Order: sequence, then structure tokens, then C-alpha cells
Amino acid sequence: MAYSNKVIDHYENPRNVGSFDKNDPDVGTGLVGAPACGDVMKLQLKIGDDGVIQDARFKTFGCGSAIASSSLVTEWVKGMSIEDAEKIQNSSIADELNLPPVKIHCSVLAEDAIKAAIADYRRKKGPASETEKAS
Amino acid sequence: MALKLPIFMDYHSTTPVDPRVLETMLPYFTTHFGNAASRNHAFGWTAEKVVDDAREQVGQLIGASGKEIVFTSGATESNNLALKGAAHFYKDRGNHIITTQIEHKAVLDTCKRLELEGFEVTYLPVESDGRLRPELLAQAMTDRTILVSVMLANNEIGTIQPLKEIGQIVKARGALLHTDAVQGVGKIPFDVNDVQADLVSLTAHKLYGPKGVGALYVRRKPRIRLEAQMDGGGHERGLRSGTLNVPGIVGFGKACEIAKQEMAQESERIARQRDRLESALMQALPHVFRNGSVQHRLPGNANLSFAYVEGEGLLMALKDVAVSSGSACTSASLEPSYVLRALGIGEELAHTSIRFGLGRFTTDEEVDFVIKLTVDKVSRLREMSPLWEMVQEGVDLKSIEWTAAH
Repeated sequence: MAYSNKVIDHYENPRNVGSFDKNDPDVGTGLVGAPACGDVMKLQLKIGDDGVIQDARFKTFGCGSAIASSSLVTEWVKGMSIEDAEKIQNSSIADELNLPPVKIHCSVLAEDAIKAAIADYRRKKGPASETEKAS
Repeated sequence: MALKLPIFMDYHSTTPVDPRVLETMLPYFTTHFGNAASRNHAFGWTAEKVVDDAREQVGQLIGASGKEIVFTSGATESNNLALKGAAHFYKDRGNHIITTQIEHKAVLDTCKRLELEGFEVTYLPVESDGRLRPELLAQAMTDRTILVSVMLANNEIGTIQPLKEIGQIVKARGALLHTDAVQGVGKIPFDVNDVQADLVSLTAHKLYGPKGVGALYVRRKPRIRLEAQMDGGGHERGLRSGTLNVPGIVGFGKACEIAKQEMAQESERIARQRDRLESALMQALPHVFRNGSVQHRLPGNANLSFAYVEGEGLLMALKDVAVSSGSACTSASLEPSYVLRALGIGEELAHTSIRFGLGRFTTDEEVDFVIKLTVDKVSRLREMSPLWEMVQEGVDLKSIEWTAAH
């Protein structure tokens, strides 16, 4: 399969690879996918008190399109409010990277990763009673 | 000498035409272009003669007579002709066919077709090393079993089947034995009488001959009958109509002749290179697993799982090397290799497998390059892998509730 130049660029020069301390209260971590399916993404967002995403990191087990999708969203979400980041659709990711139909699931996973990371952050910041319920 | 990139290390998929083979073929495109079926002039006689010479060359490589060789367009056609042809011809004897779960699709899908026609097919499982346990075959045989089809060597894991024992079981029950031998012939010794095969599928392009030409060995003593799958001029003793691909057949013959002469030495060299590749990778990288039998396998095959690195992602990193992966992502189906799954390898490891295929033109320098590149890229991708990170932290991946079912 031929990859688009954007996929190759993100794959060869991935942006924001790495990890934050997942116990940091300002960090939301999303882990989506499954090893048995051949794709796992971990996306971490460092979020300020104003609700703006200050920084992002990812690690991905997957094909080039999965790595490129996660690399791309780390670039996009920086500087966004969490409300705006939540609105990112997989179709924008797929369009930006010119993903072929068999790779659309990679962009879905990247969208899910953002939502999962934000949900984790909210869980951490939420009222103590809710945190207890969630855990 | 500078390496020429990309490096071809996918010899199970195909092989380049040996220059000696090509040279032998060339006159039969332009000068001696006759139709082998033209019985009334010199052009036809020349073509017929060289085709018969090639028949002998192909036969000799597998211990058969040239008279037992039927030329086809390739192994897919040979498998179709063998299975459908025998099943249809012998349907009055019974309706049961036995094969294995790790056969090539040309066998499996042909069997599926025969099931639709009313035949019963048993798809035997294999052991975790990829070998069929002969007792399992013996248990599956019934009085209605007319045909057993077991490959000589597997295209993904290179595992060689115990065909001699399989042949004994099949013959004891009076059934026919077909083997898809495309991956093994020319690489390891194979003799139709030694294994008591009745039908053997071959193809030229896996042994340094041209694409588009194959053969089916059809035993004469005792004579095996088949229902032809193609109607027409009655070429190839009525078993396969269609004008013969004379240059291709000449090349196939030459390729078999070379293989017969050079196989022993060549296989030893290739196995040495393969062993060096494999041991260097396994020493340099932790969590690398071999798939398939270590003892019973083709000399040029190394199928390795690089845990926590997805196969297609790794292929992309190895863009200077042509290899293939059992990962789902390389196929449209999103399912990982059915061969690896049949060995009981978990989906998560099947997704991380890479098949290295070494062959006639593989050099030591290429092996060195591939070792270094693979070690570098696997290490880099593991640094990017959340699974690798979790394993380093001591997390049991099986304890995680993963979000996606697929």
C-alpha cells in the first residue's frame, strides 16, 4: 500500500513522542485500542487550570497510519481548549492524512484517544465523591 | 561494493529469473516461436521437442518421468486441476477430502468450492510448530476419503510436513495424495516415489524461473485420472487445453535443471545466512520469537515475531528491505495471518510477525545490513510503543481491559 507523504512525514518524524507522569493531576491519559487488533494508542494531555491543553505526548503500537494519526493530533490539540479538542472528528484526521478506507479505523482510534484522555482528566479534577465512584 | 537498495528478502513470494534461465528462453520468443501443437512443420516440431525436453528436466527434479508432467499457468491452476479434477473424477468412490488449516488459499478456497458442490472437507489442525501429526490424519481417514492434500512446505513459516509418513497413511487407505510443493521443490530434496504422491503442484517462479508457468505431476503407475477443467484443443493429454507457453516452459525446465545441480550447496549457504540473521536479531533484541518448526523448515525462511512492535509499522520502517508481515494491516481483511493463528499464536503476537525469505542472490552484506536496520528500527518503534512501556513498568498486558474488540 502506498502511504501519503503526510503519513510518511509523521511516521518518520513523529511529533511529541513520549510520556508524562500519569499520576500528575494536570495530566489526562487515554489508552485505546487492543494489542489483538494491532493498534494501541496512548495519548496524554497536560491541561492548564484555564482548560487549555498546554502539551501533549503519545505512544502508539500500530501501523504507519496509526502512528501518523496520533502524532498529528498531538500537534492539533496543543493550545486548544478541551471543549474544542473534544470536537475533533476522525474525518478531519483522515482527510488531513489522506487515509485510504482500510485505514479509517486509525483516525477513529485517534479521536477516541483524545476523548479518553479528556475523560481521564475530568475524572481526576471532578468532585471527590465522583472520583471515588469512578474508581 | 555499495549495496543496492531496496534489498529483496521476500523469496517466498517470488524469485528473480536466473540470468541463465532467461538466456535459454530468449530464442523461443523470436526465432523458434512455433506452436508445440503444430504437427506438420519444423517450427512446431522444434517447439514440441524443447517442451518435451523441459518436461524431462522438471520430472527429473522430483524423481518423475517427463510423461507425468502437465504444464499449466502456475500453481494456483495446478492446485485447482488436481483437487477439482480428482474429486470430480473419483466422486463415485467417495466424497471426503482431507487437507490442513495452513494450506495456501489456492488449496483452501478450492476445497471450499468443492464443499459447495457437496464434498465433505476436513481441515486438520497442525501442532504449535506447524507440523501435521500423522496420527491425526490416520484418525480422520474414512472409507469415503478419496483425496488428501498436504503441502510440502509452508509459504509463511517454511515448515516442512512429514510427507513420507503422510503418504504411507494415505496409501494404506487407498486414497490419493496431492501435495502443493511450490515452496519446497528446488530448495529441499523431494521425490514423488519417496512420499508416494499422486499429484504434485509446482510453479516456475518460486525457483528462479519465469512467472505464468507451472506444472502438475500426475502419476502414471498406477494411472491417476482427472477431469479436465478447461475445454479446448486437448493439449497436455487432454488434461489442460491451451497453447503451450513454450518460452516459459523452456525456462521452467532450465530452472529445474539448475536447481537439481546446485540445490545441496545453495541450500547450505542460504541456511547459514538465515541462521546468522536469526541469531543476530534474537541476541540483539529481547522478546523475539520464532514461528514454525526450527528443525523442519526451509533453508531460506525466518518468521519472527517482534513483540510490542506492530508488523506493518515495522515494514514501513524497513522500507529498504522487501519483507512481508503476518499483520492484519497488510491485508484488507484486518485479520492477522491464518497460518500463525492455526499454530495457536495469539493475535497480539501474530500482528508483530515478519517473514524474512532468503534466496539464491542474497549476499552476506545484505544480511549484515538487514540485521543492523532491523535492530535499529525495532528498538526505535519499541520506544514509541505503549505496550513496550507497560511491559517495562511490569504491567501484565493481559490484566488490561482493552477498549476495542476489533
